[in-house]
Amino acid sequence: MLRRFGRAMAAAAVGIAVAWGGSASAQQKVTIEYWQYFFQQRVTAVDKLIAEFKKQNPDIEVVHNHFPYADYRTKVAAAIPAGQGPDVVQLFYGWLDDYIREKLIQPLPAAQFPIAEMEQRYFPIVQAMKRDGQYYAVPTAVRSLALFWNKRLYREAGLDPEKPPQTLDEMVEHAKKIVKRDRNGNVTTAGMTIDMTAQDHHWIREVLIRQFGGAPYSADSRKVTYDSDAGRKALQFYVDLQRVHQVGTNGFMDESQAAFRAGRAGIHLDGSFRLGALQNQRGLEWGVTELPAQDGKRSNFASYWVNAVTSKATGPKAEAAAKFLQFMVSDAAMQLWLAETGELPAAKAAALSPANLAHPLYGPFIRGLDYAAATEFVNETAQRQILIDAVDRVLLKNQSVADSVKEAAAAEQKLLDDHHRK
Amino acid sequence: MSGLYGRLSIAGKQAVWAWAFLALPVLFYVVIRFWPTADSFLISFYSWNLLGTPRFVGLDNYVRMWSDPTFWLVFRNTFEYLIIGTPVSIVVAFVIAYYLDQVRFAHGLIRALYFIPFMTTAVAMAWVWRWFYQPVPIGVFNNLLSELDLPTQPFLRSTEQALPSVLAPAIWAGLGFQVVIFLAGLRAIPESYYEAARIDGAGKWMILRRITIPLLRPTVVFLVVISSIGFLRIFDQVFNMTDGSGGPLNSTKPLVLYIYETAFQSYQMGYAAAQTVVLFTILLLITLLQLWLLRSK
Repeated sequence: MLRRFGRAMAAAAVGIAVAWGGSASAQQKVTIEYWQYFFQQRVTAVDKLIAEFKKQNPDIEVVHNHFPYADYRTKVAAAIPAGQGPDVVQLFYGWLDDYIREKLIQPLPAAQFPIAEMEQRYFPIVQAMKRDGQYYAVPTAVRSLALFWNKRLYREAGLDPEKPPQTLDEMVEHAKKIVKRDRNGNVTTAGMTIDMTAQDHHWIREVLIRQFGGAPYSADSRKVTYDSDAGRKALQFYVDLQRVHQVGTNGFMDESQAAFRAGRAGIHLDGSFRLGALQNQRGLEWGVTELPAQDGKRSNFASYWVNAVTSKATGPKAEAAAKFLQFMVSDAAMQLWLAETGELPAAKAAALSPANLAHPLYGPFIRGLDYAAATEFVNETAQRQILIDAVDRVLLKNQSVADSVKEAAAAEQKLLDDHHRK
Repeated sequence: MSGLYGRLSIAGKQAVWAWAFLALPVLFYVVIRFWPTADSFLISFYSWNLLGTPRFVGLDNYVRMWSDPTFWLVFRNTFEYLIIGTPVSIVVAFVIAYYLDQVRFAHGLIRALYFIPFMTTAVAMAWVWRWFYQPVPIGVFNNLLSELDLPTQPFLRSTEQALPSVLAPAIWAGLGFQVVIFLAGLRAIPESYYEAARIDGAGKWMILRRITIPLLRPTVVFLVVISSIGFLRIFDQVFNMTDGSGGPLNSTKPLVLYIYETAFQSYQMGYAAAQTVVLFTILLLITLLQLWLLRSK
């Protein structure tokens, strides 16, 4: 009864969308549906890609549906088991495990996606999409992190505005020169942003821990391994930014990206998706460079959105879906995606073109892909919260760094165990 | 056909029409409210991630809840919202209504000013307050404190201050409604009682204690129940003022937010349903208590 009810509700939710798609298709045409979440630039990019695809394949109709991010995962999860919804679907790579286990997506057809070619064509992340020798999804776009700096604040602090920090020590040193306070000691301009709710938890997890000589997880991502010397050093470095170096405060100006955009922060770590917003910011003089190194070691965090064919697509629909997916991950499509959304191509050839590598804005992010790691999240929100809490326990409750790291690692290990036991 | 309908009495015909008009809302409530409610009781005995087939686990979800420290912390927070929120809002609303009742000048305007927050979207209001609470240089409160050379406060960035900080706008938003209800209650007390009391030489304080407050009892009971349910279900303010996390360190997380996280971020529908059952039970008990209190007089 549970299941029937779920199906009934899901059917009601997507019934309208399907009816819409059905009436729009002409006879003999194969109609497939593509789903993604709403993000204006992405919607524009997909619309353009579909228009181009239809020119090449007049017998395939592609219906493009998008939903607010907040509802997206629930809608997809409800629709596919009910036999409704998308034939080709965009997913966050961290969700793949669940979808493969529940057989909601099918292995990619070897004809269009030869298994041997996958590893050559894509960055190593593609490994995460392989189960029992078969690939279940292709990455289309990648996001990585980089360091943004405010050139005007650099000049005001007597620093060379064209020389952003290259090491962690330099970064701290620059930030200390930039930070400004009022007569009561309140920060009015941050040397650098400290904001765990933005990208900093990725920075600690995949960048700082590795740079201090450790690894956040075991090779199979089943064990949390940051309750280590490296993990403690990483958290210590992070909390010291506020407590010892006092280059900023956690939550300064509510959102770190707002502080940077308002010209109130000298240094800010953020993802490639921030480029669009910053380019439209008038009066802000900024640059972007690779994340700072430590002892000559660099690291980065990359996250991926992938496309997969759902188990709903069978027969001619499956063929059409595979064709569309192949088109979506062509080099030309990826270049268009980069131009429209600022997200980096997941195919090496498309990403590492000389023009992209030398690009003043995309370059640092693309170079970062070379040494980037992707966390195999089982529940990104919960795992993010565990690190947010680890920092809060030290900053707000004066817990020792060692205890806080230990507590975080235990909590995250339990989360992983619970997930894999299911 | 017309024979069957024609043979009905007038009362019977009225009943047929009443049910005809009621059919739609009844159907709506059964499908949208009662069925899912019953279903969530069922789901609470299953382990289900929304994607796969639900698996029957008996009382596992309830056992887990019993030994989940976060659940108990969240439970405590929820009652903290209730225990601080309800008395404070009732007393403040009564004081405002009591004095507003005696004000003739610009009475309507003042009443409207108190009512406006009640009509404002909770989300918009939560964000405005969130910005009020920010540290220097953007927070209004801290800028003021800093100007006066007083120590600035962490507000939402403190495990002790965050909950009252989130609660304040929730109380403020509900105030308008409560003031209006109190005003109606005050106006409903016959003037003759006051006259009689004054002739007997009763003072202001005596009148308030012996006449006004006892006669407002039904109003107070109603408001206590309505605001209790409101505080037990607090969500919008917390979600928007704490980045959806109920932080820092879960210090502001109410039960409803925990249910939301469990269901729609961790996709543990069974565990979330079990928590919902607990919340449902609490709300039911409070409603029954209200019915009992109102009936006893």
